[in-house]
Amino acid sequence: MSAKDVILGRVRAALRDAPAPGPAPRDYRRTFPAADLDVLVDRLVDYKASVRRIPADAVAAVAAEIAGGTVVVPPGLPSSWRPDGALVDDDLPPDRIAAADAVLTAAAIAVAETGTIVLDASPDQGRRIITLLPDVHIVVLHPRQVVASVPEAVARLDPARPLTWISGPSATSDIELNRVEGVHGPRHLHVLLLEP
Amino acid sequence: MTTFLGMPATAPRGVGHLRGDEPFPAAAHKALANDQLRRNLRHATTTIRGKSGRVIAELPDWQELRSAGSAIKADVMSRLPELLEQLEARVTERGGVVHWAADANEANAIVTDLVRQTGSERVIKVKSMATQEIALNEALEAAGIQPVETDLAELIVQLGNDKPSHILVPAIHRNRSEIREIFLAAMPGVDPALTDDPPVLAAAARKYLRETFLSTKVAISGANFGIAETGTLAVVESEGNGRMCLTLPETLITVMGIEKVVPAWQDLEVFLQLLPRASTGERMNPYTTMWTGVTPGDGPQNFHLVLLDNGRSAVLADEAGRSALHCIRCSACLNVCPVYERTGGHAYGSVYPGPIGAVLSPQLTGVEDNASLPFASSLCGACFDACPVKIDIPSILVHLRNRAPHGRIERAAMRAAAYTMDRPKLYARAQRAAKLARIAGRRGRGLPLGWNEARDLPEIPEQTFRDWWASR
Repeated sequence: MSAKDVILGRVRAALRDAPAPGPAPRDYRRTFPAADLDVLVDRLVDYKASVRRIPADAVAAVAAEIAGGTVVVPPGLPSSWRPDGALVDDDLPPDRIAAADAVLTAAAIAVAETGTIVLDASPDQGRRIITLLPDVHIVVLHPRQVVASVPEAVARLDPARPLTWISGPSATSDIELNRVEGVHGPRHLHVLLLEP
Repeated sequence: MTTFLGMPATAPRGVGHLRGDEPFPAAAHKALANDQLRRNLRHATTTIRGKSGRVIAELPDWQELRSAGSAIKADVMSRLPELLEQLEARVTERGGVVHWAADANEANAIVTDLVRQTGSERVIKVKSMATQEIALNEALEAAGIQPVETDLAELIVQLGNDKPSHILVPAIHRNRSEIREIFLAAMPGVDPALTDDPPVLAAAARKYLRETFLSTKVAISGANFGIAETGTLAVVESEGNGRMCLTLPETLITVMGIEKVVPAWQDLEVFLQLLPRASTGERMNPYTTMWTGVTPGDGPQNFHLVLLDNGRSAVLADEAGRSALHCIRCSACLNVCPVYERTGGHAYGSVYPGPIGAVLSPQLTGVEDNASLPFASSLCGACFDACPVKIDIPSILVHLRNRAPHGRIERAAMRAAAYTMDRPKLYARAQRAAKLARIAGRRGRGLPLGWNEARDLPEIPEQTFRDWWASR
């Protein structure tokens, strides 16, 4: 008898007389007004991200200025966003990514209510490793990518892709249960919100 | 009752961290004598209660989300075999390998074997209650494999040769200056000028672990959610150590309790709103990673999922106690508990402390092995109010108190009381006798019952109700 048979046998025995409660009620908010960009900015800033609202043609220059050095970019990043001398990730080794000053990516979506940015590893966001090792992460966000709430975000995302939900820079609550920014992930998160 | 292989079984003795060395009252007495511990706990739990209350108040539908979370979990428990097989099928389709472990020994053997096959002598670990529960680190060390805890609080516990005392913040019993002392004493290469400023302490951990993250080929994690519909696993974290472990190594081994499965992708919309607000008091935790099997060219190319029973089926078998398995490990019940705030987590003996631990641990091990825990509560009900999935912890505590073994004298006294109360004439005589006893001893302090050490009997009135009724 396999461990699987043992476990499933035990669980079935445990549930012999258990009632089936059926599907869960979903009386929580399911429809939302259009996302409020001011709420998004407020939440991002509250969790120590920096936010700038800029036109799309300023991305390359602003990113270069924030990075102040080498910028890693995913292969699918729009070429007009790419700062001069950017290091394109064509399977770069981890130490080269870690040595870069910053990484510049697009995002899949953002959630206004929680100040969250979600990456789904699309070509304009790249492999998960590139947004993890550099100390500065610069994210370009278009207003149409912003949803109001978590339920809308879950509905828009594709679970088959590797997803990274990011809410502010790396932080910890492990010292006296207070939030302190800056542990293992990027210690600085810059959001470039494009003008519509 | 006939025994067959499918009988729900409790977690085996001799392995894991579900049983303490001494009963709760004895351990609590020691903890209460530690003023520093009590100050640290009061400060931390007060901070988190304030933060959590503020962000929960931002959501107008918090109660509806709690109800949905509770109902989804009840649905999960009733369909567990089907959902687990669905999860296994989806993970396998996407290139993962699923293993089943009936108990801690089996899980430790599976993981140790998987690590050995990679040839790696070191693993990096994301904080995981399941691997704490089964004492995986001890098993790996016995096999010559070095487990490195990468969560800051776990690192503090590991470097301090200490035990975790909180589900979310295992080093909650340490304040910043104690953490500094531990780092100075045990962290290789640490700057001797280290201060106790929290950002400085966090930066020291970042520097210390960076090279280890980049050079270790195997990671071990737990899972907050495993989605049956899609085969997706989710790990919710703050520091980025989780992202490191889930992204950089060649091999990822995830150990997940069987109760962590949820039916549908959509269900995350409920739990991702409940968990961070109840847990760290944030609108959203800094990082959440979700992955489905193996993604070519991105992240670990070998993925193993170990599904763990270790007593969960025994919890499931108790109709009045099974909702303890709904727990999403947020630790809100610890942070509001007047008992936890004073004793801290070590007094509970198990890796699951606080109110949820007092109902979960005795059920996982069998009540006889954790008989004092159902009594480690004043039944004030704050845990029930705080629980984001509405687990009625006080009712389960009362239920488990009835199942706990009681002393010989107490049982005899209760039997005598029941006999007397069944017989009106005898009861009337007993009441008159009690009035006489009132002169002899007050509040039953002399009774040899055990439970009256912490309880006062009510004052016996000068006139009984019956006497008053007869005289009017």
